[in-house]
Formats: sequence, structure tokens, C-alpha cells
Amino acid sequence: MPQPSPRLADPVAALRARIATLERGGLAPAHGPHPFGHPALDAALPQGGLARGALHEAAGRGPEVEHGTAAALFIAGCMARLGGPILWAMERCDLFAPGLAMAGLPPDRLLYAEAGRTEAVLQVMEEGLREPALAGVVGEVTGRLSLSASRRLSLAAERGGGLAFILRRSRRPDDPALEEPCSAHTRWRVAALPSAPPLRRVPGLARARWRLELVRARGAEPGEWDVEACNATGHLGVVANIIDRSAGAGASATTVAELEYEYEPEPEYAPALIPPAGRTKMRRRA
Amino acid sequence: MHPRSYRPLAAPKCAAAPDTQGLTEGPLVTRAHNGRRQVVAASNAAAQALGIRPGMPLAEAEARLPGLVVHEAAPLADQAALEALGAWCLRYTPLLAAPAEAGLLLDVTGCAHLWGGEAALLANLLSELQAAGYVARAALAGTPGAAWALARFAQNSSIVPAGEEPAALAALPLAALRLPPDMVQGLALLGLERISQLADMPRASLTRRFGTAPHRALDAALQGEPITPWLPEAVLRQRASFLEPLLTAEALAIAIQRLVAALCDELARIDRGARILDVHFERVDGSVQSLRVGTAKPSRAPLHLARMLCEKLDTVAPGFGIEAMRLVVPLAEPLRAQQSGVAFGEAPPGDIAALVDRLSNRLGEGRVFRMAPTPSDVPERSARRVPPLTAPPAGWPLDWPRPVRVFTPPFPVEAIAALPDGPPAAFTWQRQRRRIRRADGPERIAGEWWRHEAETTALRDYWQVEDEAGRRYWLFRRGDGQDAATGDLRWFLHGLF
Repeated sequence: MPQPSPRLADPVAALRARIATLERGGLAPAHGPHPFGHPALDAALPQGGLARGALHEAAGRGPEVEHGTAAALFIAGCMARLGGPILWAMERCDLFAPGLAMAGLPPDRLLYAEAGRTEAVLQVMEEGLREPALAGVVGEVTGRLSLSASRRLSLAAERGGGLAFILRRSRRPDDPALEEPCSAHTRWRVAALPSAPPLRRVPGLARARWRLELVRARGAEPGEWDVEACNATGHLGVVANIIDRSAGAGASATTVAELEYEYEPEPEYAPALIPPAGRTKMRRRA
Repeated sequence: MHPRSYRPLAAPKCAAAPDTQGLTEGPLVTRAHNGRRQVVAASNAAAQALGIRPGMPLAEAEARLPGLVVHEAAPLADQAALEALGAWCLRYTPLLAAPAEAGLLLDVTGCAHLWGGEAALLANLLSELQAAGYVARAALAGTPGAAWALARFAQNSSIVPAGEEPAALAALPLAALRLPPDMVQGLALLGLERISQLADMPRASLTRRFGTAPHRALDAALQGEPITPWLPEAVLRQRASFLEPLLTAEALAIAIQRLVAALCDELARIDRGARILDVHFERVDGSVQSLRVGTAKPSRAPLHLARMLCEKLDTVAPGFGIEAMRLVVPLAEPLRAQQSGVAFGEAPPGDIAALVDRLSNRLGEGRVFRMAPTPSDVPERSARRVPPLTAPPAGWPLDWPRPVRVFTPPFPVEAIAALPDGPPAAFTWQRQRRRIRRADGPERIAGEWWRHEAETTALRDYWQVEDEAGRRYWLFRRGDGQDAATGDLRWFLHGLF
């Protein structure tokens, strides 16, 4: 796509801003976007990130919709980067706080509300979205979510300016209720992918990988990205398959290169699990 | 004419401590210090039967009865209990003297007919006190002094008709006039022991020796003296009664808003905020319906409190109408005006207390919470729910993988693994076999022997595993795979990443 000339860029930007104001009904001022810090994702979204003051939706794929763990971690990462207190509403709490803390949500930022019923979850979310002291609100909804209920939440989010996420869950794999229309600004599907092999000769697991699918977004094309799961500060990682690539091709586009340990095992000792520091050599493979 | 009736009730034996733990089973005394001596402060009925009286040196009491049960006297707690009892007695009369000296003085003038007469009132009072575990005696007389004397020194509970106080008091000892003990002893040296003897003495001769005190005490007992009304620590309340019974939720909401606004003014005057707020709706048919809301932090914001109450209005059935409403604050805590430390041009820091209150009142107690780290390595014990406004301590260690969802209790699964410490190769969950591609572990977590005997040797080996689709699970095996005492080698799915 050719870059628009600077003369043309200004009217287009002005028109976009005007349309955004019209969409909000002239109510609230536009809140800044909430970027992912992942170049491909931010480039695909119209404002360069998730819109604040809007409702977003995330769910698992296939059998993962029942627990939606990857989706929950994805949301936790988004909220972690936001800063400020977060309200997490659900019917029955099966979240494990130490796991959320590993995605960047420490216990002093997270407030849980166990609502018991889906309607109560939606009420709690709406109440939370009206509260300006909260940075974000997450709600776990099992099964169907009517269009009017999601629109109510969207309006509450627009008025409050917080980031609202709804985590869709279902006891049925590939539940058609999850594909029904929803007024969410963006709709994400997060599925697990087989992770990269761990560092050579080091047992264990490398960082998890997800296939992030943008099913629907207002003002953007749907898309699909393979990313590395959120780290302890809630940032997604760029998947770099440098090994599978010919040298030179696209090397400049990659920001993170995969590092591998190479070490020579000590002949007189049993092989240690963790490479001894003195004999480790880190080498960038290209 | 029966102008005033005073009804002191005295519990001279064990102050005002309710006997809830079978304290009266055997002889029991409380101990206090009188100068450098230890003396008996109070004794129960069984001890008094053996001649152990308050004021006796403790050594003597213990010599009389080896193995006597001795407790430390707690005068402050006694006084607090007596004041609580005094507050309870406000159901009989609004006028009450300050509770002191293990006794309460109630002015029941004009109140007795509500209970069906003086005798019925006294009987009701004594039976209620007995049911609550108090040893109490009561007397009803026309003057506070006479009632005080009769309750403590008369043989049984009595009601003295108006004007018959001199006859009723005649036979009582002089101590019944609340004279200082050394004066009572001085009068006893002169052969004056009964009130009738004092009344018969010429006043001038006694005044030269003892001053006017004995006769003033006598006059007070026979002719009356004013009492200073006492009220328990103020319970904040507002009441509104309506000309027409209210039926609609809107009308009730407006009434609540007005009552709450008035109450918040009152709270602001005494620098307090409400923690619990009750509304009682008095219906036309005489029944009362109540609503209660609680706050996580003391609050006197009228909008916030009224909104919480109005949210619960749909649980009130007005019946034929509500003719009066009472707003009561059973629990208030200090709340001072605070300067928010905000720099110029900055937004004030958010306060989620109001949100927490609204959500807790909607969802119920304990449904809004935070998770706080607990010092335990056992995963299900490592996080516990705490009230939402307590600041949790620093987080969990981030060195070990922890899932985002857990199953409580852990889900038993079938798994295949090499003993003693090989990773599982496959496991079956939800009737589906999952082949494991990669694994990380084991993380060995030992039982906490200080909690349960069974945990002394128990072990769990945790594995973080990834199946072929990339989904990650948190599995554990009970036991280390070598020693049968550490576990039965069954596998469980504890969480999902």
C-alpha cells in the first residue's frame, strides 16, 4: 500500500477523528489507545492499540472455551500493562491468584467479585465501569450474551473510559452462542500453540505460544498472529523462527533473536541440569 | 400520691458478670490489691456460705478453704458490663442513674403501668436478669436512697408503698445509708447501729461530733434526692413518621434520602462515619421490616449511603403501608476530614471503597475480595481471600510456574510415567487421552506436618506439561515414587495454564 502524501494525510486524519466523535455520540472525549507493544498487532489496530473506553471480547478456541486459560492470561496481560486497580467479576472463582501475578497482576491491583449468576456478572461489570477509580474491568460470562447486554456494557465503558474485557466461556466446545453478534470493539480468539523447543540440553519448557485471532474489529481487518505468551509484565513476545529462515531474509524485521546455549559437558562430572556459568557461551544464531 | 419510684437493683455478689462458664459451681473469689495487701474483691454464693466475704485478706480466705479458685478482679470490665446492663434496662424506663457500685438505679415513675403494675415490672426484670445469668436483687421505693438501702440490705426483694419509707428502713443497719465505713464504726461505738436509732437521736449532739453527714444521708433516704440521668454512648438514630402510610418504592427512597442526609449531618458533627446502617420500616399492621447495609470504610456520604439502601428497597414488602421509618447506626467509627495530598492540576487518586460497598451489598458478604499471599508452599493454601480494602502483602515468589486456573479439589486423572521421577508420557482427562510433548519438573512440595498428622510424610511431585496441541496442564503425583509412605502414586490434574 503506497504511503499517503502528507497533504492527503491531514484531511483523512481529521475525518477519522470526526467519525470517532460521531460514533461516541459526541459524549466522552476520546481516550488514548492502549498499545500491545507488539509491532504487528499495534499496526493492525486502527488506533495503534486497544481502544480505551470500549468493550473488548476474548475467548478460547475449540475445547479451550471451557476454561479459557490462554484468553484469561491474554486479558491479564492487557490489564497488567494498563496500571491501576482492576475488577475481575465471575460467576464462581476458579482463578489462581499466583498465576495471575505471573502475568503481571499483583494481588494489590486485583479485586475479585464472585457474582454467582451471569446477569449479576454483567451488573457488577456495569457498576465497575461507571467507577472512575478502576482502570479496567474483566467479566467472565458463560454461554450466551445478548446483543443488548453487550451494548449496555459498551455504553458504560464509553462513559467511564476504562478498559472493559469480557471473557466468554462455554461448556460446549465450539459453542455457536460465542459466534453470535456482540457489540465489542474487538473480538479475540486465543488458542494454544505448541511451544518452541527449550534451550538445547536444558530440560523444561520454553515460553508458551498462542495463536491470536482477531475475529472482528471495528475499523480494522481481521487477522491472525502467532505470539509468545505474556511475560511477568504482561507483554506479548514476538515469535522469531530464525532457525527456519534463510540468512539475511527479513532479519531486520525481527527484533528479538533466539539465543541458544552451547556448552561442552564436563567429562568428569555428571551432566548438570543448568549449564555451569563459566563454560557457557551465548551465541546469536543467524 | 406516689411521685417517684426508684428501683435500684443490686448484684452485690459477683458484680455484674454473667455466669456463663459455670463459675458458681464451687467457691470462687476475685482478688484485688488494697494497699500492699491482697484482699478478696468479690466472692460467689458458695464462698460466702463458707464465710468468705469481700474485703477479707486473701491469705485468710485461702487458709479457710485450701484450693479456693481465685481470679483476678477486672473492675473496668465489670463497669463496662454494668453499663451494658444499664443500656439494656432502658427498655423499662428512659431515666437511669449512672451505673456504679455494682448497682443500677432506675426511675420508673410513670412507666410501671406499661408492664402491668410495679410488681409485674419487678418480677419481669428479675426473671429476665436471672435468665441472662445474673444474681440480682431489686427494691422499689419512693426515694433513691431508700431503694438503694432496701435492695442491698433487706431480706428479700420488696416494694415499699409511698410514705412508708421510715418504717421500711428502720431495721436496716447504718451502712445502708451509704455513709463512709469509718463513720459507721464511730457511730457503732456510740451504740448506734440501726437507722431507727439514728432517726431518734437529737440532731444537735451528733452534728457536733460527726458533722451533718449522717442526718443528710438520712434525709436523702427518707425525702428524696435528684438523680443525674445517664445515657449509654449515643446510638445515632433518625426517625420519621408519615401523615399518610407510604406504599411505593419511590416514596420510600425519598424518605431514605432525607433521613440519611440528616444522619450524615449528625455524623459530621461528631467526626464519625457509619460502618453499619439499619433502616426499620414500621408498617401499619404493627410489624417491622428491616434493611441493613455495611460499608468497608466508615462513610458519611449521603448519596452513597442512600443509594445502597435504595438498592435493597425491593426486598421490603410495604403491606398496607409504612407509617414510620427509623434509621439507626449500630456501628460508627471515627472519620476525620482529610486533606487529599494532590499536586496542582493532578487528578485525585481514585478510591474504590464506595464501589466495594455497592458490590458487597449487592452480592453479599465476602463475595467481593482480594487474594492475599499466605506463607505456605501447598498451592491451595498459598492464597486466601481477604476483605477488599486490606492491602495485601507483597506477592508470591515468581520462580515456580503456577497455573491461572485451579481445580478444587484436584481432579483425579489416569497418567503413565516412569518411576521414580520421570515426567508423565500421557494422561486421560475428560475421557480424552492427551499425549505429552514437553514437561517441566518435578517440583516437590512436602506436606505441612505442623497442620495434620497425615501430612508428616506426604509429598507431591508437580509437573508442568504441554500436550501436542500446546495446551499446558499442572499435574501432580502423590508420593515420591520410592517410599510408599509418601503417597499412593495417584495422579491429579490441579490446574491449567
